[in-house]
Amino acid sequence: MHELTVCRALIGQVEAVARAHGARTVTRIELRVGPLSGVVPELLREAFALARAGTVAEGAELRLVEVPLEVECESCGTRGPAAAPNRLLCPACGGWRTRLVSGDELLLVRVALAGITPAEEGAHV
Amino acid sequence: MCESCGCNVTSGNAHLVEADGPLARTADGSTAVEVLEGLLAANDRAAAHNRAHLARHGVVAVNLMSAPGSGKTALLEATIEALAGELAIAVIEGDLATERDATRIRARGVPAVQIATGSACHLDAHLVHEALHRLDLEGLDLLFIENVGNLVCPAGFDLGQHRSVVLLSATEGDDKPAKYPVMFRAADLVLLSKADLIPVLDDFDPAAAERHLRALASGAPVWPVSARTGEGMERWLGWLRALVRG
Ligand SMILES: Nc1nc2c(ncn2[C@@H]2O[C@H](COP(=O)(O)OP(=O)(O)O)[C@@H](O)[C@H]2O)c(=O)[nH]1
Ligand SMILES: [Mg+2]
Ligand SMILES: [Zn+2]
Ligand SMILES: [Zn+2]
Ligand SMILES: [Zn+2]
Repeated sequence: MHELTVCRALIGQVEAVARAHGARTVTRIELRVGPLSGVVPELLREAFALARAGTVAEGAELRLVEVPLEVECESCGTRGPAAAPNRLLCPACGGWRTRLVSGDELLLVRVALAGITPAEEGAHV
Repeated sequence: MCESCGCNVTSGNAHLVEADGPLARTADGSTAVEVLEGLLAANDRAAAHNRAHLARHGVVAVNLMSAPGSGKTALLEATIEALAGELAIAVIEGDLATERDATRIRARGVPAVQIATGSACHLDAHLVHEALHRLDLEGLDLLFIENVGNLVCPAGFDLGQHRSVVLLSATEGDDKPAKYPVMFRAADLVLLSKADLIPVLDDFDPAAAERHLRALASGAPVWPVSARTGEGMERWLGWLRALVRG
């Protein structure tokens, strides 16, 4: 699986944010991950431990927020939870013509920075 | 590499500088920065750039994905043969580190670029971009990208294709869509390949494969096709022709 690839991309994004704010370290990284994102949270944690070594995120805490599967039915309009990543049927009428409302996210939500040089804060804007 | 080709893809991190949102102090004294950007954003941008390349030359691209050995290259060979003289086709081969598949395609008189994926388990938009620059897109109608044989990773990486086709061969079992939902949800079309073997495999039920796909909320067509006997080829070719006509 490509969790390490994903983590390297994540570190790149985090480094850019830290640089833009003149921050020396990143203390926390918050991600939103859905069951249909294609990455496995446990593997992502393992990969993160490897990928962060020697970067500004070396000591960062990784916070994973797992988002639920939710669908909206195109037949009856119901919006609600889906049973499983391979059962995205309407919770009301059982129809398969649904649209995924949430569950495939793989999102960097926010980063907590420390050791900011005041002069540089916001200087990039 | 875009500086050298003059087509100017956003450089790796430039976008991220603008990606920060409002600032807020957190309890521990650190500063929280809202980002709200996909982890594959850099790949997605490269994919959009690839799409622009293709659009400039009026080329339609199809990303072929499947487990190893499901018959991607064989289907390409049969397709190229059937469309010879009708559509100008090229192939980007990512399936093997060797030139083996590209050689098979070139033997049919079609340009093929082999991406050396090494041990990589999927293609990404950057790899495809390099390959695009090794191809003459002028005058092309249809570009196939044969992805690495893998039902997990390739689904996560947009390559800039216009359609994704997933092959499920008769020998793999009809429950594959239930086991690899991310991959099969990405399919615009599912081809039940090696259909000539379906009659001898009593445990492969095409209707069950379709049921598993529908449970993923996918309305993609599920069509049997055999590169060996030609069964189902006309429907597949018709789909390609309609795609090229737009
Ligand atoms: N019976 C049968 N075998 C096929 C068919 N298509 C491919 N094969 C065989 O399946 C194997 C793998 O095919 P290949 O095209 O290399 O698969 P790829 O790894 O997905 O590119 C080869 O031995 C092919 O001869 C088909 O339509 N029918
Ligand atoms: Mg192949
Ligand atoms: Zn419903
Ligand atoms: Zn380019
Ligand atoms: Zn991969």
